[in-house]
Amino acid sequence: MSISMPEPDAAVLARRDEIAAALRRLAPGARVIDHADELRPYECDGLTAYRQPPMLVVLPETTAEVSRILAWCHAEGVKVVPRGAGTSLSGGALPLADAVLLSLARFNRILAIDEEDRLAVVQPGVTNLAVTQAVAHHGLYYAPDPSSQIACSIGGNVAENSGGVHCLKYGLTTNNVLGLELVLMDGEIIRLGGLLLESAGLDLLGLMVGSEGLLGIVTEVTVRLLRTPETARAMLIGFAGVEAAGACVAAIISHGIVPAGMEMMDRLAIHAAEAFVGAGYPLDVEALLIVELDGPEAECSHLIGEVERIASAHGAAELRVSADEAQRQLFWAGRKAAFPAVGRISPDYYCMDGTIPRRRLPEVLARISSLSAQYGLAVANVFHAGDGNLHPLILYDASAAGELDKAESFGADILRLCVEMGGVLTGEHGVGVEKRDLMPEMFSETDLDQQRRVKHAFDPSGLLNPGKVFPILHRCAEQGRVHVHRGSLPFPDLPRF
Amino acid sequence: METVTPPTEEALAECVRAAGARGAKLEIRGGGSKAAVGAERDTTILDMRGFRGIVDYDPAELVLTVRAGTPLAEIEAVLAEQRQMLAFEPFDHGPILGAGAGEATIGGIVAAGVSGPRRISAGAARDHLLGFSAVSGRGERFVAGGRVVKNVTGFDLAKLMAGSWGRLAALIQLSLKVLPAPARTIVQAIPASDPEQAARIMASVLGSAAAVAAVAYRPGKDGRVFVRIEGFAPSVEARCSLLGTLFDPIEAASGGEEGGWPEPGQLPPDRPLWRIPIPARRLPRLAGRLDRLGAPWLADWGGGLVWACHEDGAAIRAAAAEAGGHAMLLRAPPALRAVVPAFHPLPAGNAALEARVVHAFDPLGTFGGRRFGGRDAH
Repeated sequence: MSISMPEPDAAVLARRDEIAAALRRLAPGARVIDHADELRPYECDGLTAYRQPPMLVVLPETTAEVSRILAWCHAEGVKVVPRGAGTSLSGGALPLADAVLLSLARFNRILAIDEEDRLAVVQPGVTNLAVTQAVAHHGLYYAPDPSSQIACSIGGNVAENSGGVHCLKYGLTTNNVLGLELVLMDGEIIRLGGLLLESAGLDLLGLMVGSEGLLGIVTEVTVRLLRTPETARAMLIGFAGVEAAGACVAAIISHGIVPAGMEMMDRLAIHAAEAFVGAGYPLDVEALLIVELDGPEAECSHLIGEVERIASAHGAAELRVSADEAQRQLFWAGRKAAFPAVGRISPDYYCMDGTIPRRRLPEVLARISSLSAQYGLAVANVFHAGDGNLHPLILYDASAAGELDKAESFGADILRLCVEMGGVLTGEHGVGVEKRDLMPEMFSETDLDQQRRVKHAFDPSGLLNPGKVFPILHRCAEQGRVHVHRGSLPFPDLPRF
Repeated sequence: METVTPPTEEALAECVRAAGARGAKLEIRGGGSKAAVGAERDTTILDMRGFRGIVDYDPAELVLTVRAGTPLAEIEAVLAEQRQMLAFEPFDHGPILGAGAGEATIGGIVAAGVSGPRRISAGAARDHLLGFSAVSGRGERFVAGGRVVKNVTGFDLAKLMAGSWGRLAALIQLSLKVLPAPARTIVQAIPASDPEQAARIMASVLGSAAAVAAVAYRPGKDGRVFVRIEGFAPSVEARCSLLGTLFDPIEAASGGEEGGWPEPGQLPPDRPLWRIPIPARRLPRLAGRLDRLGAPWLADWGGGLVWACHEDGAAIRAAAAEAGGHAMLLRAPPALRAVVPAFHPLPAGNAALEARVVHAFDPLGTFGGRRFGGRDAH
């Protein structure tokens, strides 16, 4: 591990059996795991480069149990790491050797659906997709759709402020959550927001979303639901150059069009995806755009005409509109399979997650390309073009001496480049442990201290999910990333885009 | 009342530090359009209008970076030239709070979380603030968030700043998400004489495929639910026809003038004004209480709230709480403001947590003057 975590507390480790007994007493309904073999599945989340079996795992079922467990751990000075579905790509749920891992997996019920006012109250362990499945028969859906939505939990979405390919138009988790119940590290139960659009006082609800499990443990979530769009159609638009594709994206937005999704792939990504799924992508273009438009039929047809006109004006070499739902899905299939497709052409790859202002795209891609030459490692680029969120996939071979280090240095350089261009370190994967030590690239010590003080307001003892988000002393120079070996993602069956 | 107008960020930070060091209070102010909110006080004013102007605006990025003291009107004019807008519909409180029009600044708009009836479809101020720089109550300049729409780097302190009413930090610069202005807007009205019927109509409108931008309700014998449909012309026309098949009768209405879209400025100007967010289900219940109290009201239902006028703070707060909501006192004579706090009281646990968060930004209470219940120092 190139990232250092806080030193385990020997005194706490020595009390392991006593702590397990206390957890069983405090939460008789909870499952407590203390056997080494059974702890193993919890040793990492989606950032598999970092592994650490937890001291103990507890799976409570009620808010009262969570409250009692946290109050006891707080009083006894025992650290707690919360975990949803464990799909984080930044190590947000990475266990600590001397911490209790508190899994919300058993908080798996949908508590209420209000189709008239388009709300759902769910427990945090419910998967993102399960919410949409539960309300689909009312013609409703839950808008944020992270690519791991079949597995990731709503509680984890709240912790990470998850987005998805449709967030340009429909927003991130933070724009779609109305209320939370949470438990503070000292066991206090707090409710924020609820069934209304605005709660009284400071917007602590907004602060909680994206706080990466550092402020409190969420035990209930109220989400807004949207009406399923009447029509959705996708367009494939190929360009001879990345600049033209970037200019086309800017022109679409300048014409007042906010597509439901707007994705870009570069040549290497196009070829890898096409070889993998046969989506019918053109292979003689340097950049491919997928533009999805949704809404009433009249709006879709009108906007498709507009986008066609704009794309032609920007010299599109290829332009296709999905004729039916099957073809729309096919257009997306290649893009959604881009990560595993790259996994087929390289023994290992690193997935990066920076955001840049859209106008800097050609410049950023040129710089990434020269870094690629400098490091001697190829890179495939997939890009949420609508909102500037870039996912360069660095191809390397971990079995070749020095390549892993090179790939990590290359990755850190890309994120520094994003910040230099006016962007940010992470668009949607979170800071976690992965980008923790890069935070000073974007924030001064004063900026970070202000955030630490907010953490302190919620968790003065610093026992909740320590070692994440903020750089700690004795940090190592370089960072880990989403390492993928021989195409085997930690959750190989999960789409990642 | 003393006013200081720091010309630079360094001067601003120094001013806050110096006030903290001598135990003095400062009140952050932009154009003063909302100065009449909260208890009367004699706090030194920290005038932020030294920080003015647009820093960066590239329409294709859909992001605007602007100094906090820039007048809202100036920003809206610049955006309108590019057929873009602040989609959360900020508005100038000056006219309804007796301060005159045109003074509202973007910093004040965001700090007060001012949003309009498009909230239901496009979000509130908090949903459009991407990042900021500010000087905390500690007198330290800090930044949070960024200048891009998709960003999860660090805590989302922007959410805390939006609606904080100047209790945490003095905003210097804001990055805001902007959106294309609608090419076409149509307002229609559906008769609804009682709140129960209106609530049903509004739920049904908002849940329909008409994808409306905003809805509002003016109660009364000739009550009307107002519906605003926005977007590209062919889409707006198709959605209007759909609404026509769902609701009969439906009539054309105006977007602003007398008798048109319900706005708080149409309520009696000489009575205390309350802003009451509530859950959608509870409109009939709150309406019944307000009618029994003799409180004139209207619903900014896209904003999820009711505007009402009444003198009895306890009765209004009880009615709001009973409906599952809360009530902020925005306008009242000084005597009433002296005894009725502007903010709705929070449950004890939430209040304690909020106090700790305030302390994290402003440990000496420099921004916590008498206005919102703090004690002014001399």
